[in-house]
Amino acid sequence: MATMNMIQAINSAHHNAMETNEDIVVFGEDVGYFGGVFRCTEGLQNRFGKQRVFDSPISECGIIGTAVGMAAYGLRPVVEIQFADYCYPGYDQLVSEAARLRHRSAGDFTAPLTVRMPTGGGIFGGQTHSQSPEALLTHVCGLKTVIPSNPYDAKGLLLAAIEDDDPVVFLEPKRIYNGPFEGYHDRPLTPWSKHPDGEVPETHYTIPLGKAKISRAGKDVTILAYGNMVHVALEAVKVSGIDAEVIDLRTLLPLDIDTIVASVEKTGRCIIVHEATLTSGYGAELSAQVQENCFYSLETPIQRITGWDAPYPHSQEWDYFPGPARVARALVRAMEA
Amino acid sequence: MKKTPLSLRVPEPLTRPGDAPDFSYVQIPPAGNDKKPAHNAPVSEFNDLSKGIIRVLDDAGHPQGEWQPTVSADTLITGLKAMVKTRAYDDRMMLIQRQGKTSFFMKSTGEEAISVAQAMVLKQGDMFFPTYRQAGLLITNEMIRGTGWSTFDMMCQVLSNSGDKLKGRQLPIMYSSKDAGFFSISGNLGTQYTQAVGWAMASAIKKDSKIASTFIGDGSTAESDFHAALTFASVYNPPVILNVTNNQWAISSFQGIANNPETTFAARGVGYGIPSLRVDGNDFLAVYAASEWAADRARNNFGPTIIEWVTYRSSGHSSSDDPSKYRPKDEEKAWPLGDPIDRLREHLIYLGEWSQEQHDALEKEMKEEIMALSKEAQKLGSLTDLPDLPMKCMFDDVYKDIPPHLQKQIQRIERGE
Repeated sequence: MATMNMIQAINSAHHNAMETNEDIVVFGEDVGYFGGVFRCTEGLQNRFGKQRVFDSPISECGIIGTAVGMAAYGLRPVVEIQFADYCYPGYDQLVSEAARLRHRSAGDFTAPLTVRMPTGGGIFGGQTHSQSPEALLTHVCGLKTVIPSNPYDAKGLLLAAIEDDDPVVFLEPKRIYNGPFEGYHDRPLTPWSKHPDGEVPETHYTIPLGKAKISRAGKDVTILAYGNMVHVALEAVKVSGIDAEVIDLRTLLPLDIDTIVASVEKTGRCIIVHEATLTSGYGAELSAQVQENCFYSLETPIQRITGWDAPYPHSQEWDYFPGPARVARALVRAMEA
Repeated sequence: MKKTPLSLRVPEPLTRPGDAPDFSYVQIPPAGNDKKPAHNAPVSEFNDLSKGIIRVLDDAGHPQGEWQPTVSADTLITGLKAMVKTRAYDDRMMLIQRQGKTSFFMKSTGEEAISVAQAMVLKQGDMFFPTYRQAGLLITNEMIRGTGWSTFDMMCQVLSNSGDKLKGRQLPIMYSSKDAGFFSISGNLGTQYTQAVGWAMASAIKKDSKIASTFIGDGSTAESDFHAALTFASVYNPPVILNVTNNQWAISSFQGIANNPETTFAARGVGYGIPSLRVDGNDFLAVYAASEWAADRARNNFGPTIIEWVTYRSSGHSSSDDPSKYRPKDEEKAWPLGDPIDRLREHLIYLGEWSQEQHDALEKEMKEEIMALSKEAQKLGSLTDLPDLPMKCMFDDVYKDIPPHLQKQIQRIERGE
């Protein structure tokens, strides 16, 4: 067991995967010699060679399009989109091609690729380095969408994504690459080395896709969160003193609805937290499914605590970001109602 | 100082309905005029080859110049048969669409030489990433290799009947046959271009000997996938043939809407540093020779080649289109590069290997073969009957395994919800 931050855990997953499967190739903007702007692919080119790890032109359409072709040939590409905000030029290749190839060819061709994207804000990245486009991905049948909240899960989920025979989008909450961010921008970040989930095996292991994790057991309110919002939710529980159960979804599609339903039936209250904008966000889907499955258990209305419906504002980042104070107030409202 | 008011240039074709056809914009050099460069020739040698039109057959059907392929008369006769069969298939299936037995159809009339000759040049194991106008690839593959989808399979797909290997999921003509080296057709324009480059990159990464070939129409070269594909191809030098089928029309938009008349589609390739040819697409010998040159080049690790095929879309865009609304009637008859079947027939007659009687017999034979096959295919039903598929079939292959949320939707259907 070693201590790793999320970048090192993702890097370690690449090493483990590439050691055992020669069909895995890795490419994207700056991922080769330099090792990626966030360093997730550092050392891979040196170890596995330029035929398997290389820099790509700045073309997300080209990155995902060529990856689909490589996957159809029989390779297993793992590509990086430098920021999730940049995925839109490649969105057609994800939605109309990768996601549908198996279905439209009745299994004749498949596209087992993994598309990694750093997601979310909290780094003063402005509106083009801060977005959380998960709802645009979970709306697409044929894709799987995964988002880890810590180094241990990041490695196990990434290895599972790479080994999955369907196309998987792997969202990496960049604000927690180096430590669990509870939402206090004015306090120093605790590094992952001080957190139990920073203990990561150097050897291969997987965490199955489609399985949520209960990050904190509780009896009064269920909080549904993913990525960096898991840490914000845990902090809000501390601040409010309310005994909430925090569920880390880990995979958004397919969703582990059974874990959610069991929790909400127990607590009778549900708060959904995400950083993406509110309207038609993934929280809307979660809210609908909780209502459909747990209507008679609900004591209070479901609340969504999310980013506001505005482009991610550069200097007003912390007014936009759904921090622990907002989540804590929602917890109080849930108990008062 | 007097200000010049700005104005937008919106290109218009030379002629519209009611006008006499005018193809004066197509500059046609004599056959046999062009040099055949070495596979490793510098890109500067392609300045002229990407701007003129490489031709082998002259107007009398005589082969001329360096680009004459070394090809037997038997091979040419096979090509002729595949073209005649493709045209008979198109005519028959369009009729079936008109009879209301399916929703949609697209013909490749006038463009048969391009897919047929290139299918003959490539090998089993290579992969085509076609558009919807290359049915000749599958028909030729069946004729010469007998692998993958048959003409019968294609008909069943068009009819969306119980023999449809794609289980009624795709619009007619969006075939998919891995065994025939024919990648699943998307219907989204241009996406296959980057995919073909990726497939060819994979072949190179695995030190394989297979090559890819992809097609795009003149109109779709405006898509970002085209430019991404050319960028990736120029950077990584993968074994791929990048075909641009310039059939003059993208539905109702003439090719001037996709490109500035000061240049050609092939010349864009030179700008990317990729050897690029502009070739008479209705000249079977020229198509064969240029395809063979590009395929050999790719297989010998010299990298990608762009080929613009100058041709003409003789039929409407699709069964939903009426070209009399936007171009002169009978424009196809005025197309200066003629018809590919007529031209190969004339060449074979000139060689003494073919006769008009044989040709008439071939057309009759192919028409009857297609007619018989289509009758057999219709015994498996058509879209009018709606397919006899369990409703849950639509959930198969969305993922490799059906996930819980789709299982629940299947249960909702089964409950009659």
